[in-house]
Amino acid sequence: MVQPKVTIRFEVNGEPVEAAFASHKTLLEVLREDLGLTGTKHGCELGECGTCTVLLDGVPVLSCLVLAAACGGRRVRTVEGLARGPELHPLQRAFADLGAAQCGYCTPGFLLAAEALLAANPRPSREDIEQALAGNLCRCTGYHKIYQAVELAAAWMRGETAEPDTEVLYGRG
Amino acid sequence: MGADSAPRAHRVIGRALRKVDAVAKVTGATKFADDLSLPRMLYAKLLRSPHPHARLVRLDPSGALALPGVQAILTGRDLPTPFGILPVSQDEHALALDRVRFVGDPVAAVAAVSEDVAIAALDRIAVEYEPLPAITSAEEAVQRAAPRIHDYGDGGNLHKLIHLEFGDVEEGFREADLVVEDLLFYEGSTHLPMEQHAALADWSPDGRLTLWSSTQTPHYVHRALAKVLGLAPSRIRVIACPNGGGFGGKSDPFSHEIVVAKLAMVTGRPVKITLTREEVFYCHRGRHPTLMWVKTGVKRDGSITAMHFKSLLDGGGYGSYGVASTYYTGALQTVTYQVPRYKFQGARAFTNKPPCGPKRGHGTPQPRFALEVHLDKIAERLGMDPAELRLRHLVLPHTLTANYLRVGSMGLGRCIQQVVEGSGWREKFRRLPYGRGVGLACSSYLSGAGLPIYWNNMPHSGVQLKLDRGGGVTVFCGSTDIGQGSDSILAYITAEVLGVDPLDVRVVTADTDLTPVDLGSYSSRVTLMSGNAVLQAAERARDLLRGPAAQRLGVPPQQLVFADGRVFDAADPGRGLSFAEAVELAEAAGGTVGTVGSYTPPAAAGRYRGAGVGPSPAYSYTAAVAEVEVDPETGVVTVPRIWIAHDVGQCINRAAVVGQIEGSVYMGLGEALMEEMAYRANRNVVHRAPSMLEYKSPTTLEMCDVITYLIEDPDPNGPFGAKEVGQGPLLPVPPAIANAVYDAVGVRVDEVPITPEKVLKAIKAKAKGESGRVGPTRFPEIPWPEPIRVPPPWAGGDGQAISGEARRPAEFKTRKSDLSAVGGGGS
Repeated sequence: MVQPKVTIRFEVNGEPVEAAFASHKTLLEVLREDLGLTGTKHGCELGECGTCTVLLDGVPVLSCLVLAAACGGRRVRTVEGLARGPELHPLQRAFADLGAAQCGYCTPGFLLAAEALLAANPRPSREDIEQALAGNLCRCTGYHKIYQAVELAAAWMRGETAEPDTEVLYGRG
Repeated sequence: MGADSAPRAHRVIGRALRKVDAVAKVTGATKFADDLSLPRMLYAKLLRSPHPHARLVRLDPSGALALPGVQAILTGRDLPTPFGILPVSQDEHALALDRVRFVGDPVAAVAAVSEDVAIAALDRIAVEYEPLPAITSAEEAVQRAAPRIHDYGDGGNLHKLIHLEFGDVEEGFREADLVVEDLLFYEGSTHLPMEQHAALADWSPDGRLTLWSSTQTPHYVHRALAKVLGLAPSRIRVIACPNGGGFGGKSDPFSHEIVVAKLAMVTGRPVKITLTREEVFYCHRGRHPTLMWVKTGVKRDGSITAMHFKSLLDGGGYGSYGVASTYYTGALQTVTYQVPRYKFQGARAFTNKPPCGPKRGHGTPQPRFALEVHLDKIAERLGMDPAELRLRHLVLPHTLTANYLRVGSMGLGRCIQQVVEGSGWREKFRRLPYGRGVGLACSSYLSGAGLPIYWNNMPHSGVQLKLDRGGGVTVFCGSTDIGQGSDSILAYITAEVLGVDPLDVRVVTADTDLTPVDLGSYSSRVTLMSGNAVLQAAERARDLLRGPAAQRLGVPPQQLVFADGRVFDAADPGRGLSFAEAVELAEAAGGTVGTVGSYTPPAAAGRYRGAGVGPSPAYSYTAAVAEVEVDPETGVVTVPRIWIAHDVGQCINRAAVVGQIEGSVYMGLGEALMEEMAYRANRNVVHRAPSMLEYKSPTTLEMCDVITYLIEDPDPNGPFGAKEVGQGPLLPVPPAIANAVYDAVGVRVDEVPITPEKVLKAIKAKAKGESGRVGPTRFPEIPWPEPIRVPPPWAGGDGQAISGEARRPAEFKTRKSDLSAVGGGGS
């Protein structure tokens, strides 16, 4: 069962990449299996959980539903492309500081969905965040620390010197 | 960050620090099991039964073997040794020998050069089944003794029957001013971890096997592999990868783990398997659907005179943790409110559905739902505020319960007061307009099971500590991080004791070759048990460093302080050494510096059969108030807010504690309103919705606000006083919501999930003058064994039974036939 391969050139995390793969492969599979970018996870491979979210030309997509062969000439951004060199992206920093990643499996998808939100809306309301992340399931956190991390990162990205809310970190009582 | 606002009694403990793996998780660097690959790796797939119950007549893999790229095929005969998580339920086979017991039961395995080839090969395996009648519900299993799904257990299709009596409940009912009976049902649900189970096996020609797996219990997988593969445990290395969520769903040794190990041995190549989401729904081991009947006698002041509780669990096709789950449905009723006389009857049935096991709260959310709804009704009948009723009759700290559970610290009263005050309970309860309501419920959970899963008298958790000349410290521990932060707990406690930065501590965990045994991430045991083990190891290391450092500094050893990366004189802080220098001195004086620590829970107080399930070194306590809005036109329940207070003993990391509570509320909300493992009984017992789209779980749009209060009532058995937080806070959420629905619209939905159809049905019934209750109507007759009678402590009991013990339990009697039965089919 040697399957014919297609070759595409595209940009992944700012670098030009050429990849050859069986034509039926999804972007998720090519990222993980052909390019070794295992930071992008899979939870269902049916477009139901949001775990495999990446940015395609800046737009969040479910990489399990995108045919990789259709990505020629396009820009893909994955969790591996969020940090600038050794410096974490503000969203990554906020997720780490607030404990917004528990098991961490859904985290890459949330980070990219949030990155797209903040690119379009630097000052999102809580409801905007809930709407933007409604397609990403998380079974660990109950979502609140994720909202708070997005809000904190948004403030940092606007150049504000925000601190984590102590009630978020310490609860009450 | 945020350090100044933290309590300063400790330097590290209690602060909201980043977890040690936080950066790896936010950068995508964490390697989950399916992220691993090895050169020449093969891919495995399992062929699964399409029948809920059938005899395996013939299996011909020749067509698949002929497919180019197929490297090996296994069938049941290649792995004939049974296994199972509990010694009393060794009823599973990696691949069916001659019977399948649920849709999804694995019958054959393929290893091929790609997943595509492996999938294609599955279609070419010819299997002939002879279908058998399927048992589709626990009630049906009670009625129908044949065909027997297993040839062991307590008769017919009843896997386990329990009957325990602590004092004369009938006497208690006679003394009561009011006796109330209720029937409730808790639907099964599944863990739905975001990560599907995956495992990678590698076999070396020198006879060593390595398995990487998304498991919560590498030690038990290690044992199961040794047993089924017939290898010496010393030649098997099991590495638990960080779990992408567990919640109990990765606590059993699984077929796929054994299969890839065997395939690696057969092919001489690494073999990986990753389950599909649909397969995860079928292998599952989630919450048991549980029917419950409860009868309680109370005095006018709300004090309980006696309680009688019955449960019937739908166990699915195999034993799994089911015997323990069944005991757990009757164990913890006694640790919240004083119950002077208590009787429990529990039954687990085999059915032809995916086996159930432990899900967050393991066997206790169901009875807690029943009990807390039941108490809400009792409070109303007595004309009492439900918060007041509970507050008046709390179990006292440091006492024994009727069933001989030893309660230590007990902060439930403070929890109740906190949520009553925070939620404005007194202004809201029975006072909100129609359609809006509040409900209250409480709970308790274990900080680790008091007994191991297999009988042994060794520690439950072990730690080795290695101190490096450079000042670095490495902790080796078998515990498994499933996202709850157990790796971080090891680092924080080490850093606190040795006075170093948590980032100077490297944590090596969950590797049976490198790390001392920790029994696993289940029963909320890890913070308390591995925490105590690492505390002991770190204190021993501190003692090793003390002498040489004291000698060098010329101060008495006990006067030295370990803090801020230094070892110094308490009387003259300027007089000191760096931590690294202290390690060098100790190494020069006594050789390589390392210590060990371990933890064994205290002995249980109960000495009757069944006393092993329920004891814990410490119990956490939780109280919650839920506010709901019910649309009387549609029956839709929305939950805007939940106030929750949890007695965690002592936070090790406050942010992580809050995170566990919010996550527990989330999961409880899902179970209360939408999550259900439903099967099409008349359509081959297939799962109604084995996908993340159709199995409804809360998204950001359904999640409620959570107002979290932390109550710290340190327990003498916990490290720094810490108790559990990972599971307990789920428990009060479903009953609090059910009680709030009643407060909102005056109807009782005595089962979860509380779906719009049920609410609407109840509202319509009430409008017609009917009862306004939806829920089960009957608890079936079950052939209970004679009770094991144990007088409570206050009735002169010493923890031993006075009758009923003569009857040896069936699983021991039928042990031999058990093994032959699974081999021989039976029925």
